[in-house]
Amino acid sequence: MTLSQLAASSQQDAFASICLSLQNVGISYGASQAVRGVYMEIPRGKVTAFIGPSGCGKSTVLRALNRMNDLIEGCSLSGRVLFDGQDLYSRDVDPVEVRRRIGMVFQKPNPFPKSIYENIAFGARINGYRGDMDDLVERSLRKAAIWDETKDKLHESGYALSGGQQQRLCIARAIAIEPEVILMDEPCSALDPISTLKIEEMMHELKKSYTIVIVTHNMQQAVRVSDMTGFFNVTVGDQAKVGCLEEFAPTEQIFNAPRQQATQDYVSGRFG
Amino acid sequence: MSSSLASPNSLQSVGSLRYRPALARNRRNQLFTAVATICAAVAVLPLILVLIYVLIKGGSLITLQLLIGLPPAPGLGGGGIGNAILGTIIVTLIASAIAIPVGVGGGIYLAEYSRSGPLARFVRFGTNVLAGVPSIICGVFVYGLIVSTRLFFDQSYSALAGGIALAVLMLPTVIKTTDEALKLVPDELRWGAIGIGASSFVTIVRVTLPAAFSPIATGVVLAIARSAGETAPLIFTALFSPFWPEGVFSPIATMSVLIYNFAIMPYEVQIALAWAASFVLVLMILAANLFARWLSRLAQA
Repeated sequence: MTLSQLAASSQQDAFASICLSLQNVGISYGASQAVRGVYMEIPRGKVTAFIGPSGCGKSTVLRALNRMNDLIEGCSLSGRVLFDGQDLYSRDVDPVEVRRRIGMVFQKPNPFPKSIYENIAFGARINGYRGDMDDLVERSLRKAAIWDETKDKLHESGYALSGGQQQRLCIARAIAIEPEVILMDEPCSALDPISTLKIEEMMHELKKSYTIVIVTHNMQQAVRVSDMTGFFNVTVGDQAKVGCLEEFAPTEQIFNAPRQQATQDYVSGRFG
Repeated sequence: MSSSLASPNSLQSVGSLRYRPALARNRRNQLFTAVATICAAVAVLPLILVLIYVLIKGGSLITLQLLIGLPPAPGLGGGGIGNAILGTIIVTLIASAIAIPVGVGGGIYLAEYSRSGPLARFVRFGTNVLAGVPSIICGVFVYGLIVSTRLFFDQSYSALAGGIALAVLMLPTVIKTTDEALKLVPDELRWGAIGIGASSFVTIVRVTLPAAFSPIATGVVLAIARSAGETAPLIFTALFSPFWPEGVFSPIATMSVLIYNFAIMPYEVQIALAWAASFVLVLMILAANLFARWLSRLAQA
């Protein structure tokens, strides 16, 4: 087998394992465009990080991946977002079904004002889970690396946990619905370094069974956790600032040998 | 160099940080504080006076007989206001049964489904107008709609008509408190539920409504307390009855209408009963307010 054949077959593998595919995606809030011209293929079973300066639209793009932008009035999307080959924005797609397969974790820990157990059971129950709930709760908490800290107080309020624990509880809650993809919007920005480390370690475990897309402001975090990195940048358009995807490549390449000058400047800390 | 800086004496007085009461701004401050304090005291004075006056006039008349007896015929002694107490409770329950579901449902629509759509803006405006409509107009409206047309089983005045009139009064408060309470629930909580695949129905019923339960319940209790004391809408609708309630399709006695009727009668006994009823009514409303405070305290805990 020649080298080129090998390359071709691995490329084919890569093609088969594309999870989310963005094709010329543009997102607007009312009349003002936030992001435009995003082409991206997010691989399955990998961690993909979005980095970039504030206002570049990376969170907006992330929220487009499970239709959370539907909740924002006046938000509209052009282009196509394909998940397993299905257009997420086609007319007959149920956004609730989308979010069951593509779960989300937010910047601020947002546990429900219920017990730790109920926080996990909530999502599973509404998804029609019929199995052993105790077992599911334990499994989810274990995967989110928070079982040891919570096993003795499952029936205490989720608010009784520290910020870092609350965030891992929220991740456990997302895992409990057994999604295929987990989106994380700056999940560690409100946490201390130790909690951050725990979540990063957990992500390495999680990517064995899930596709993870994470937005982060912390470039070291992107290096530590991600396989692919998308660098978003703000460009000054006709009148307003518009975000765009500057470069999308394996994380190693983005941080060591970026193709774009802007990426080089950003990852070396010259701006942003 | 300026003279003030040159003289060490004036330098000291300019540099001193000591509080000087004689200064014009400090005197103005004190005067304004005093005026505001007096106004605040005057504002609660009516409440205190009403409580004391009603307590003196009616408090001494409270007996078991008063709470469980029927009002006497004119000219006779004894008796009580038991039918009116029961009637007020029945009419208020009818009003709550109508106003709470409709009001909470309307508030949910405003806060969760259409924050700024044209219908939401119209409903919010309408709610504010309805809150300002005099209660007697509500009474006349229900009189025209239900009583004079004998809409229910050919009955004219009825407890049901009275309850509907009170429900119209309660609605704006219930809608507004539900709307405001739901808007206070942080969006992150909604996203948390929706982000793991909850439908908006499940999100509202299982997450947002429980989170806003306490302020909504507080508002509802206050609305009930306010409507329980209304007289004008009941005069045209529930009318009055000297007997025990016969059902929701018959005229019914209420405390407020009993006070209105008996206070102007030329009989000592009836006037005394009116005072006693005033005392009981004020106590009931006070208790409802305390209950509402307890509910809102519950939220902070």
